[in-house]
Amino acid sequence: MPRIEVDVNRCKACYLCVNACPKKCLGKSTVISKKGYFPAEMQRPQDCIGCKMCYMMCPDVAITVIKE
Amino acid sequence: MTILAKKPQSLTDVPMHYCPGCGHGIVHRLMAESFDELQIADRVIGVAPVGCGVFADDYFACDMVQGAHGRGPAIATGIKRSKPKAIVFSYQGDGDLASIGMAEIVHAAVRSENITVIFINNAIYGMTGGQMAPTTLVGQVATTAPKGRDPKLQGWPINMCEMLSQITGAKYLERVAVDTPQHVMAAKKAIKKAFENQVKGVGFSMVEVLSQCPTNWHASVDQALEFVRTQMMPQYPLGVFKDEEAR
Amino acid sequence: MTEKTLRKGNEALAEGAIRAGARFFAGYPITPQNEVPEYMSAYMADAGGAFVQAESEVAAINMVYGAAATGTRSMTSSSSPGISLKQEGITYLASADLPCLIVNVMRGGPGLGSINGAQGDYFQATRGGGNGDYRVIVLAPNSVEELGNFPKLGFELAEKYRMPCMILADGILGQMMESMSFNFDPIDPNTLGKLDWAVDIEKNGRPKRKVFSYKGDSLIADVLERAKRYGLMEKTEARWEERNTEDCDVLLVAYGLSSRACLEAVNKAKEEGLKVGLFRPITLWPFPSKRLNELAQKTKAVLTVEQSLGQLVQDVKLAVDGAAPVYLNAYPAGGQPDGNSILTAVKSCLNGGKEGLFDLQEHAGDFAYSCERDASLGMQGDCKGGK
Repeated sequence: MPRIEVDVNRCKACYLCVNACPKKCLGKSTVISKKGYFPAEMQRPQDCIGCKMCYMMCPDVAITVIKE
Repeated sequence: MTILAKKPQSLTDVPMHYCPGCGHGIVHRLMAESFDELQIADRVIGVAPVGCGVFADDYFACDMVQGAHGRGPAIATGIKRSKPKAIVFSYQGDGDLASIGMAEIVHAAVRSENITVIFINNAIYGMTGGQMAPTTLVGQVATTAPKGRDPKLQGWPINMCEMLSQITGAKYLERVAVDTPQHVMAAKKAIKKAFENQVKGVGFSMVEVLSQCPTNWHASVDQALEFVRTQMMPQYPLGVFKDEEAR
Repeated sequence: MTEKTLRKGNEALAEGAIRAGARFFAGYPITPQNEVPEYMSAYMADAGGAFVQAESEVAAINMVYGAAATGTRSMTSSSSPGISLKQEGITYLASADLPCLIVNVMRGGPGLGSINGAQGDYFQATRGGGNGDYRVIVLAPNSVEELGNFPKLGFELAEKYRMPCMILADGILGQMMESMSFNFDPIDPNTLGKLDWAVDIEKNGRPKRKVFSYKGDSLIADVLERAKRYGLMEKTEARWEERNTEDCDVLLVAYGLSSRACLEAVNKAKEEGLKVGLFRPITLWPFPSKRLNELAQKTKAVLTVEQSLGQLVQDVKLAVDGAAPVYLNAYPAGGQPDGNSILTAVKSCLNGGKEGLFDLQEHAGDFAYSCERDASLGMQGDCKGGK
């Protein structure tokens, strides 16, 4: 089952990944990061298909896509 | 556990300073992926520009040289001619490449220097705070064009790929964008090809990337992507403007 | 070492640079230094190096920036207006701690000036024509022999201290032919050790290297570190030549071509029973101030002879520091000194005369000047701006 990890120290909350996700799995975290952003986070892991679109759009290379 | 996608090895761990939503980071990643995939990382020497990309020398894991505004193609020429086995790139923005560095880019193409140029076109001066660029669209507001670019006063935007395509020494010219995953994939293909060309000795290769600048366009990220699609692409059509194999 | 041969100054310099291991040259045509790029275009490739005719002086110096970053012995040459254009690259080279060789075969200025040999670029060379606090090593040859041999010295100093080195010659030295020999065997740069800061392709797991000019928050520390090197160089690397300096009433100070005319004046003075010596700075930066001050203590007057309008004399005054009166015998904008006119100035120094001595205030005298708008010529009228 695919999943993603968001490096909250790199994420700047542009949410390009949120928009790019074809399954609308990603959303905005409610926890503020050290950088002062509400980073992107996986909210519906069960729907993730590992398509890497989020990784593709992330300008901060904050996303790792993993297949268990 | 399999890693399907992660930060390429040719990027350092230094977090990038670019504004949220900016296209620079995407392009950096595509370049770094190309170095990894082409197995040229050890041979790459990059030239960072003046402008938003000035700190690019921190982000790429390869040896980097950062020089004066617009002079990237000249610096890259000096590196390449001294170290012909190096894979040399010049990373430049639109003010850097299409304004102050116009002579350098044109003549690097004329000499068909076997280098790779990555040209970020976001139609604005970013680092200095949103002044009019040579690529600023007609009507687009900039801090030095407060009423919008007026062709009568400031002329028209310049299309670099089209212009350089007239030069015999320019061997590969393609314009791409990074506004959608599909366009990012196409951009990756183009960037990788531009480096592959250098490995093969094809000659001067340049990829122009239409990139979003939410900060200086005073737009949300969504609005910025919309601007790339609806405003920039009509002026700067995507596509291959030149693709010649080995000279 | 080589046999003596007859060579043109610019060609001796170009050959000397290749022998010294220069393997990258970028330049742009400008009189009176064209023999340098021409020679390079003919011989650099044979030596295994690269010659690029750049699209501009600006591009040429930036090509040198790139080549120097790889540790290659790199150089460019030009003449005065072209050197003005190179200032951007020179300040970047200085800030990135890159060694390279820049040759200025000076011509008359300001502006396009003339193509006659001149020395008007002393300030530009020694004070730095670019922005920021930096210095450039400046070597001033006065013969074709030195033109041929200074590139090696220049590269060695530049690499030792990691900074650009300029050879400051002039159009007459560059164009004249003289018997000369090289005092060193050709250097194969492949036999020189690698530099631990240069960007390279064989990385073998070492940390990445950066050659960069933007220092941001570390700028102050960076400039102060470099200043230590500058201080050390002032102590250890000043070079000069002395003639008849131990017992002289008037000490001439001149560099490059004008020092040759001074030698003629020294000899003529001797015939007339006058005791005149010559102090010739070879490094204009670092300036040999300490030795000049010592000599000034023992002389009645110091006379600066320069083909410019009071540039070298400023360093001379700083060095002499009041130990003796300092006078100026000036031949600006392509004027050429000769023994007799220098001797006239020497005599003025001794007898309180004014002939041959240049003083800006006396030169202006009671000169009156005005340049004002003249309504009787009509009005500017069309000055509305816009397009």
